[in-house]
Amino acid sequence: MINVKQADLTIEQEITACYQRESGAVLATLMRLLNGHFDLAEEALQDAFTAALTQWPKDGVPKKPRAWLISTGRFKAIDKLRKNSSFSHYLNSTIPDDMVQTASFEDPETIEDDLLRLIFTCCHPALAIEARLALTLREVCGLTTEAIAAAFLIPVPTLAQRIVRAKNKICELQIPYEVPDKDQLPERLTSVLAALYLLFNEGYSATVGQDVTCTELSLEAIRLTRLLSELMPQKEIIGLLALMLLHDARKKARMDEHGELVSLEEQNRLLWDQPQIAEGCQLVKEALSLGPADIYTLQAAIAAVHGEAQHFEETNWAEITGLYQVLLSINFSPIYALNHAVALSMRDGPTAGLKAIEAIEGDKALQHYYLLYAAKADLYRQLAQKEKALSAYQRALGLTQQAPEKRFIEKRMAAL
Amino acid sequence: MKYLCLVYYDETKMGNLSQTQWDDLNQECIACVEGLTTAGNFIDGAPLMTTDTALSVRIRDDKPLITDGPFAETKEQLAGFYMLEARDMNDALRLAQKIPPARYGTVEVRPVRELKHDGNDR
Repeated sequence: MINVKQADLTIEQEITACYQRESGAVLATLMRLLNGHFDLAEEALQDAFTAALTQWPKDGVPKKPRAWLISTGRFKAIDKLRKNSSFSHYLNSTIPDDMVQTASFEDPETIEDDLLRLIFTCCHPALAIEARLALTLREVCGLTTEAIAAAFLIPVPTLAQRIVRAKNKICELQIPYEVPDKDQLPERLTSVLAALYLLFNEGYSATVGQDVTCTELSLEAIRLTRLLSELMPQKEIIGLLALMLLHDARKKARMDEHGELVSLEEQNRLLWDQPQIAEGCQLVKEALSLGPADIYTLQAAIAAVHGEAQHFEETNWAEITGLYQVLLSINFSPIYALNHAVALSMRDGPTAGLKAIEAIEGDKALQHYYLLYAAKADLYRQLAQKEKALSAYQRALGLTQQAPEKRFIEKRMAAL
Repeated sequence: MKYLCLVYYDETKMGNLSQTQWDDLNQECIACVEGLTTAGNFIDGAPLMTTDTALSVRIRDDKPLITDGPFAETKEQLAGFYMLEARDMNDALRLAQKIPPARYGTVEVRPVRELKHDGNDR
């Protein structure tokens, strides 16, 4: 008896792992087979996994679990549509029977396109960026409402509502379940990449609370971007993947054993993930070879220059300054301008850096940006202007909510 | 995860349904339970008799106090419950939409808390 139970447990765990791995792809294809009907496809997905829970322990895991799940889900959905009297009240549109049956689900290319369809639908520009993140994490990555809410530190009902509203909106706007065509692709891709980059940053530096890295979100973002780059090798996607990998490669060095933030200058570069940096650098080259550089590739190139320096002193600041200039010329952002000023100070000295900061500090977006004051304070410190440095640190301290960042600034102040 | 779906409706309004309408609704509930059971979501559930059959128990100063009611102070009264197994909150919401009386009243979906010896959720 005990053996049987243990075997059951293993297969249950296998099914749970299968859910994480396959649910996005299975849902993506079911959505297409069921005319882009979100609720019905999700119901079919759950039914397929329920069937797996009863059948797999008896018959073993099928050779092609994804195909099995899709076929089972499709069958269950058709079955329900035939007896649709009991749930017609929440099925607003009827689905032609022949369409359901004739659609293919074995062709690997079609299935890849299905995943793209699902990603583009979940990241539609009509949805607020928070909704895009929530929907993508749940529908594409297979995370639960509770896990996503915990990662974003928001109440479960709020997150659940966000998902419900997003799905309703997709339904109301009758957003077609398709990979956008060439005309629409740039706009739609921007919307997807913005969501993925935000997701990565949410994980990389949680905006509130104690933990600086909420690894799971970053890893999901990398996983999705990698998938996207494989399905659609466009330069912005490759550039974004490179950017994520290069930042993530420094993760272990970013915090010390007490959970304190470590500046780029003070990081132990032996902790950097060199193979990942190498992959990131390779991807930057690949992206740059595909056409004029975009904002993600340029930021990745900057991260690559940092990544290639074995010591902080070896950093090629001239190259970084140049890359920021190009970045600013194609897409001005006060944050890039601030980073450019810091790079300039490294190349030409603190006075040049302060001058560049003075030129941008009137920008509204930077008024409450703690890094502006932290950067200024640092430059005053280098110029031995203690009073000015202290007051800028004070200002920075008042503007950040994150405990490790606060402690980092306090440490700097104490060192003055 | 377990979720309790609490079904509320206006008893007076439901009392005005004809016997056929009432039986049809109950048939729907039977079908709903069957569907939820087949899908592996149904753990337990039951419809309740109306609130005029209820008594309330309170212990005050170590003495039991039994009163009639609850009296229908609110518009909708508790009419039944479904204890469901669902993957997450949104999955539970999907299932709750199938509960037939949701068309008349309200279905409240609450995650179930586990009783532990210490470190209990609040």
